[in-house]
Amino acid sequence: MAAAVADEAVARDVQRLLVQFQDEGGQLLGSPFDVPVDITPDRLQLVCNALLAQEDPLPLAFFVHDAEIVSSLGKTLESQAVETEKVLDIIYQPQAIFRVRAVTRCTSSLEGHSEAVISVAFSPTGKYLASGSGDTTVRFWDLSTETPHFTCKGHRHWVLSISWSPDGKKLASGCKNGQIRLWDPSTGKQVGRTLAGHSKWITGLSWEPLHANPECRYVASSSKDGSVRIWDTTAGRCERILTGHTQSVTCLRWGGDGLLYSASQDRTIKVWRAHDGVLCRTLQGHGHWVNTMALSTDYALRTGAFEPAEASVNPQDLQGSLQKLKERALSRYNLVRGQGPERLVSGSDDFTLFLWSPAEDKKPLTRMTGHQALINQVLFSPDSRIVASASFDKSIKLWDGRTGKYLASLRGHVAAVYQIAWSADSRLLVSGSSDSTLKVWDVKAQKLAMDLPGHADEVYAVDWSPDGQRVASGGKDKCLRIWRR
Amino acid sequence: MPQNKYIELHCKHYGYCLDYHEKKRKKESREAHECSKKAKKMIGLKAKPYHKQGHAEKIQIKKTIKMHEKRNTKKKNAEKTPQGAVPAYLLDREGQSRAKVLSSMIKQKRKEKAGKWEVPLPKVCAQGETEVLKVIQTGKRKKKAWKRVVTNVCFVQDGFTRIPPKYERFLRPTGLRFKKAHVTYPELKVTFCLPIFGVKKNPSSPLYTTLGVITKGTAMEVNVSKLVIWGKYAQVTNNPENDGCINAVLLV
Repeated sequence: MAAAVADEAVARDVQRLLVQFQDEGGQLLGSPFDVPVDITPDRLQLVCNALLAQEDPLPLAFFVHDAEIVSSLGKTLESQAVETEKVLDIIYQPQAIFRVRAVTRCTSSLEGHSEAVISVAFSPTGKYLASGSGDTTVRFWDLSTETPHFTCKGHRHWVLSISWSPDGKKLASGCKNGQIRLWDPSTGKQVGRTLAGHSKWITGLSWEPLHANPECRYVASSSKDGSVRIWDTTAGRCERILTGHTQSVTCLRWGGDGLLYSASQDRTIKVWRAHDGVLCRTLQGHGHWVNTMALSTDYALRTGAFEPAEASVNPQDLQGSLQKLKERALSRYNLVRGQGPERLVSGSDDFTLFLWSPAEDKKPLTRMTGHQALINQVLFSPDSRIVASASFDKSIKLWDGRTGKYLASLRGHVAAVYQIAWSADSRLLVSGSSDSTLKVWDVKAQKLAMDLPGHADEVYAVDWSPDGQRVASGGKDKCLRIWRR
Repeated sequence: MPQNKYIELHCKHYGYCLDYHEKKRKKESREAHECSKKAKKMIGLKAKPYHKQGHAEKIQIKKTIKMHEKRNTKKKNAEKTPQGAVPAYLLDREGQSRAKVLSSMIKQKRKEKAGKWEVPLPKVCAQGETEVLKVIQTGKRKKKAWKRVVTNVCFVQDGFTRIPPKYERFLRPTGLRFKKAHVTYPELKVTFCLPIFGVKKNPSSPLYTTLGVITKGTAMEVNVSKLVIWGKYAQVTNNPENDGCINAVLLV
């Protein structure tokens, strides 16, 4: 097959180059290879798959000196000064095998909440949908019929944040009074005791990753009172209190390496050791409140043992023994993490983002500037290659996930962009904004794919289900909308 | 009741009786007993208004007592959850509240009425009527000179129909009617060709505003968004009758 390619090129008498395939980590694949300059990405894919000796051919993207090969190798090299004598390094990136299609229509508008819908989350397998609202209830919705399933009453103030446990069996919700309650999605009843202890409202909840503990026992919560608490859900009590921040803790992430990251309005990010609560590092650099954080392995930690490629039309619960789930979660985590340690991106009110490698260094890797207003949310793509940042300056910016280099700006919204969500194959991005529309963006083309109007007022929360079929969005107009293809 | 102050004058001149103040105090303290004695004994029509008055007074007294009690105890009213739920990322930010929006709307309306704007071109030399309106002579013998033709660029709305030509005083030629303007955004430094909604104010004369004549320095409303109708004000920066196009700068 490779010989056929070579023969053809010789017949056409085209300039030839020596190329060497390299993966993202820098490991070489095979030996240097002689190819014609006008080779296309499809041909390169055939060659690379043959070298990788895979059973099913993987879709791949090829990059030369950070520029993607779109039409042919020659065109990409035209813009760069390349010596044809030396061996050219082509970096290949495996793309997701499955393809998520853009959502186009609103299949249902679920009313039921009597106040604005503040938070929306799909369970890790995509089977359940939960929403928290200003009317103090948490509602579970049945996705197959798109009707209300359970209404969980108990909170006495707005339900600010909700978080699914990585095995999808429990939902933790935090309210403005500082209480945390756990709910069972299959019965709609509260599980265990109310976890009270915070003196001010809960800003974020984060469960311990599945591969660290398949029983999903511990959950961490951050609050405006400046402390982070780790709760034992089976015993119903606070295991540890991590104090150190002087102002409100705005964001919390439980990393896969046993480290807990907390971002605060006091302009610092603190790195704690989860099992004994010791402060490891303080990352300083921001000039104003740190609003949001994202880990490169976020998506893998969220979905746990569920593999989006294996999703079926009807989402199912996770099957298998605890040990199996743990192994699967660990293998998925290691795959996304790659060689180096976890990377952390933080967005702040000072209009900049920082890329950190918190396990190693307390100096940032890069500073990403460009936004003209505060940054509300940052998210790594599920394959951790791209970082998307949503800002109040009405734009979403894409950055390279490894180096922090600026890639593109997605403009289209006419008011502040509040939340974004990635599709499971990292090709599409959905964003909800204060102008009451959602927009689906094609990341590869860096353009708007779909405009989804329909909400009557600001959109406060969006989520894309991990099986890629649905997008849920809720906002100030008190109704929850589900969008499908 | 005394018609004049003679009683007071007497008290001032000669003073009070020695036990006057004590008697007064004691009589007042007996008032409650007197009232209840009267209330028990009174019957019939006379009693009805008396009892009604007493009842009203009792209610007032009870209210004041309750208010005093409430003032002393501090009860946390945890029953009603406040309105205006916002997500956690908006909590510490004072987003534009409805009240602020309303007040800013009211202020804008007031400004409009007064006709005062902060504009990039505050002073423009006014164009006289002889320049802007040209006299045309009509009538069988071309003696009548009451019609005028606008020699400047103007804007007419969608669905505009002329008044009957016989009675038309101001003619606006179709060749000088414009619907779009090139509007520059001052911060972004980009220019877009946007449809005009209407002429807000022409600084030369209110007559021109009603006619829709666009000269340098005119404030007009343009449609900023492609998807929805979103009007914003822009001020014209060139002389459109000389250039053949309308250039404007967006007013923020």
